[in-house]
Amino acid sequence: MEFAELIKTPRADNAVLHRPFHPTVEGTLCLTGHHLIFSSRRQDNEEELWLLHSNIDCIEKRFLGSLGSIVIKCKDLRIIQLDIPGMEECLNIASSIEALSTLDSVTLMYPFFYRPMFEIVEDGWSAFLPEKEFEVLNSVVSCFLSFILSICIYVRRSLRLRVLRLCFLIWDYLFPQVMMRSSQPLTGTNGRRCKEDEKLVNATLRPGKRGYIIDTRSLNAAQQARAKGGGFEQEVYYPQWRRIHRCIERFNILQESLIKLVEACNDQSHNMDRWLSKLEASNWMTYIKEILTAACLAAQCIDREGASVLVHGTEGTDSTLQVTSLAQIILDPDCRTIQGFESLLVREWLQAGHPFQQRCAQSAYSNSKQKLEAPVFLLFLDCVWQILHQFPCSFEFNEHFLVTLFEHAYASQFGTFLGNNENERSKLKLQQKTMSLWSWVNQPKELKNFQNPLFEANSLVIWPSVAPQSLQLWEGVFLRWNRPSRFLDEAEEEMKKIVDYNRFLQDKVNSMRKQIMEKETEDRIDRMDKMDRMDKMDEMDEMDEMDEMQENP
Amino acid sequence: MEHITTPKVENVKLLDRYTNRKAASGTLYLTATHLIYVDASAEVRKETWILHHHIATVEKLPLTTAGCPLLIHCKNFHVAHFVIGQERDCHEVYTSLLKLSQPVKPEELYAFSYNPKMSKDNREIGWKLIDLKVDYQRMGIPNDYWEITDLNKDYEVCNTYPPEIVVPRAASKATVIGSSRFRSRGRIPVLSYLYKENNAAICRCSQPLSGFSARCLEDEQMLQAIREANPGSPFMYVVDTRPKLNAMANRAAGKGYENEDNYDNIRFKFIGIENIHVMRNSLQKLLEVCETKSPSMSDFLTGLENSGWLRHIKAVMDASVFLAKAVKDEKASVLVHCSDGWDRTAQVCSLASLLLDPFYRTFKGFMVLIEKEWIAMGHKFSHRCGHLDGDPKEVSPVFTQFIECVWQLMQQFPCTFEFNEHFLLEIHDHVYSCQFGNFLGTCHKEREDLKIFEKTHSLWPFLLQKKQELRNPLYRGFTAYKELQPNTLPFSFQFWCGMYNRFDKGMHPKQCVLDHLLNCMNQKIKLEDNASELENKLPFLDGPLPTEASFLSKVGCAASKTSMLNTPQDYEGKPPPVLTNGISVGDTNVTSDVDQKNKENLANHRDLHLNDKVDVLNSEAKDGKPQHH
Repeated sequence: MEFAELIKTPRADNAVLHRPFHPTVEGTLCLTGHHLIFSSRRQDNEEELWLLHSNIDCIEKRFLGSLGSIVIKCKDLRIIQLDIPGMEECLNIASSIEALSTLDSVTLMYPFFYRPMFEIVEDGWSAFLPEKEFEVLNSVVSCFLSFILSICIYVRRSLRLRVLRLCFLIWDYLFPQVMMRSSQPLTGTNGRRCKEDEKLVNATLRPGKRGYIIDTRSLNAAQQARAKGGGFEQEVYYPQWRRIHRCIERFNILQESLIKLVEACNDQSHNMDRWLSKLEASNWMTYIKEILTAACLAAQCIDREGASVLVHGTEGTDSTLQVTSLAQIILDPDCRTIQGFESLLVREWLQAGHPFQQRCAQSAYSNSKQKLEAPVFLLFLDCVWQILHQFPCSFEFNEHFLVTLFEHAYASQFGTFLGNNENERSKLKLQQKTMSLWSWVNQPKELKNFQNPLFEANSLVIWPSVAPQSLQLWEGVFLRWNRPSRFLDEAEEEMKKIVDYNRFLQDKVNSMRKQIMEKETEDRIDRMDKMDRMDKMDEMDEMDEMDEMQENP
Repeated sequence: MEHITTPKVENVKLLDRYTNRKAASGTLYLTATHLIYVDASAEVRKETWILHHHIATVEKLPLTTAGCPLLIHCKNFHVAHFVIGQERDCHEVYTSLLKLSQPVKPEELYAFSYNPKMSKDNREIGWKLIDLKVDYQRMGIPNDYWEITDLNKDYEVCNTYPPEIVVPRAASKATVIGSSRFRSRGRIPVLSYLYKENNAAICRCSQPLSGFSARCLEDEQMLQAIREANPGSPFMYVVDTRPKLNAMANRAAGKGYENEDNYDNIRFKFIGIENIHVMRNSLQKLLEVCETKSPSMSDFLTGLENSGWLRHIKAVMDASVFLAKAVKDEKASVLVHCSDGWDRTAQVCSLASLLLDPFYRTFKGFMVLIEKEWIAMGHKFSHRCGHLDGDPKEVSPVFTQFIECVWQLMQQFPCTFEFNEHFLLEIHDHVYSCQFGNFLGTCHKEREDLKIFEKTHSLWPFLLQKKQELRNPLYRGFTAYKELQPNTLPFSFQFWCGMYNRFDKGMHPKQCVLDHLLNCMNQKIKLEDNASELENKLPFLDGPLPTEASFLSKVGCAASKTSMLNTPQDYEGKPPPVLTNGISVGDTNVTSDVDQKNKENLANHRDLHLNDKVDVLNSEAKDGKPQHH
């Protein structure tokens, strides 16, 4: 298929671009296979807007006489309006955008066409291979690895009971405690058992140790799952484990929540009660609290109880991942570095099979009735932001990094978030055909935009507060386009300036101190040399005298 | 001291409102000024100081097996829940506190006994620190249109105004006197702020005694004089900050609002800010929400909405933004009033000045603003804050709302204020503490009668002494920003956890950016000293310039990192403000040891009670059930 077939009108002159908090710009609109490009014709201060078609969530057409307007609502929640003179051009452009933003074939997506303009220092595709990660793990706890191998034999058989996923060690924390994730066991209504699964799950605990199974569904939902062949662990067969139910919402309920929240944020009404009741009705903050609470619980079991934890919901690809990855951020300082966080995403989200393509196909402005979209990943990022907000000095990355990840999960020139699991990704040959997001992010030039100036490595476990008073709406995402950012950006700059200047001073003082010290040692050596020489001369004098005395008895 | 029958009670528990942590056990002391609790169970000495004047309510709750609970609510939103073993002790403490927290005579207030060992001269200089005349001079007054008059020197025009007021030059004495007879409590239109750039002024007064049809020629002349003092604009705004319904109801009592037909070229406008009673109830509801134990998100947001608190904050802000825009964009003067012109009017005029003039966003300027718009113009601090035993219906958080509006502005404009959040909280504390004379009484005349200026100290020099910890590290200086235009869409207003849940440290960010930056600022000074000292030393030793040597800077970098690591992380948030006499309010945690903090950080980790709602799989496993630390 040629993109040209879809582009009925590739160009419109005298178009007008409206963006909130920006002056309107007149210019030329161009459509390419993957981008909508708007360029002002002013030579002095040329403004350009490049918008990926895949970033477009939905468009609306409006007509006033022969002047048509297209309202473009993006997956990153931005809304822009384009006025296009000429009814036909406007209709053509609208239908082209609609067609180009809803291509069904993955291989037609931009990442397959994108050629990077930067030099790849480190290939992001090979940066976080499982072997590499395990190597780290291996070196840290080699004895534990052999233990894993010994249980691996059970894994194959255990598969019969579990849907899709198997128990997988994802994190070690000072040997005895492990955190695992899986899918639900297929106990069904008859209470099916699987000896191998029981052995596998029980084998992860040493005798006398205990573990917690955190089921991310309510007890009710878990019981209902039995009717569909799923279910939960029976206490008698897993004697060392205690099961805790923590209800985390999923799928379309989350999607609706996002839609409601964004609708509330875009409401220009000055009615405070309406805003608060809409915020409350969206339930978004409730879900944030639920997810964080479950993650803290998992972390608490490991850190405070010294127990192992198995987390699962139904499939183990959504709420499970939110809980396990957040628990690791709370417990493990490595996950709070940029590299560590990237590694966490690769391990806990991409390799764990979070179906990014399905979940992020549409964002808050979608009106499709599909049930597969859900802002599971956005909720996770929001939770990370909440922790970052409470521990502003414990993360190597800043809010901008999280926002960027959100954007790229929904629309990107990179192949990282394409596909729904590793299997699909390898079939698509993403490694060969597309660029990894990490290759771009990890360049020193880009990295510096994502660094938190306040970061000070902190090896402690960080316990966030989950009280409603402590949780805030993530303005950086939800209000980003609804308010001018100038004053907050300036505060950010100022903060960086203060910290950077102090580092500079510290460096200067240290290097001067070192110089002085070196100089002083040199002097001391000189002085000692001198003294040595003088001593020797004295000795020689004495010897001479003695010689003389001997010669002249 | 005659109220204190039991100065010391042992074996008193202090419950933590939010956590299931084991209650602290210790000793309660009653002093003439403070209630002090010393926690004996903690590894480190931990003290909780509560100023008697800060106590809003004391309740004796029904007897429990653990003892007799005593619940204390403070005006700075500290809530202390004690359990006293003996009921008799509890009752004695209770009755003592009731009396101590509600003095009857002004002489019993702390300010009259507070002695910071300061010389008489310094005390007097302290009172002269803020001179309102200087601020009027800054605005260019007196000028062709405005003059400072002493018509009120014997409080003949208005006994709740200061002796010196600023009125239009064109208004004769007869006009002023005439107008005062037509304004509620004689509070005539006077100047609050003059925007020098276009001569537009903000003026304030009380409601006119217009009833249904009454007129007053002098009052009409007064408004005309104000309008004509701004020759650039053909009209002026008259803003009634009350809801229209309230203003209309006042007409029946012979009060009311200006009739547009009677005054030349005025544009009349209502801005519905609710009255003191609505605000008091709203705060009450808000505090109930803040005190709810482990509320769901939905409970909290619904409670926040139902309290109406943020709606009121937004109304005050909207009105101020309207004023600032009228002055700056429309170049029109504005006359503001509510009923008596000392609550809503004070809020709105002071905030509008803050939006228009960067001076008021400095330490000194903010003090001037409070002295001018609140203290001098007769905001009834004594009644609104309940300093003395009096009518509870007169108490209202009007000033708290003003402080919160400033905080909301700080959130939107982080680099525009010279001071930080702690400065606001300090002021808020002292409005209630009665430790300094500034906020005593209801108006200038009353303060003179109380001999405030001879017998007490002024707060401002004490705050200036602590400038280092109260400043905003992000402040970009006086000239960086001029007028502020805040966004007033509802999402721009946040719940101020640092105020209403200030003493629930577990809820605050565990690492505080402000403290971190303040540390940086202090470190910077030391480093700069070090650097210049070393620079002086270096020329005597010849060698390459230090900053050039790359390998050296690498070493330096490593060293700087280690030193950073060694700075204790603050998990408890900001230590409670220390009163200037060295006594601290709230929890005093003496330790700053990292391990200790870490431990407390863990302890603060709440709401994750494994014990609630767990589905116990294995009943035998119960003994090993997770215990909440």
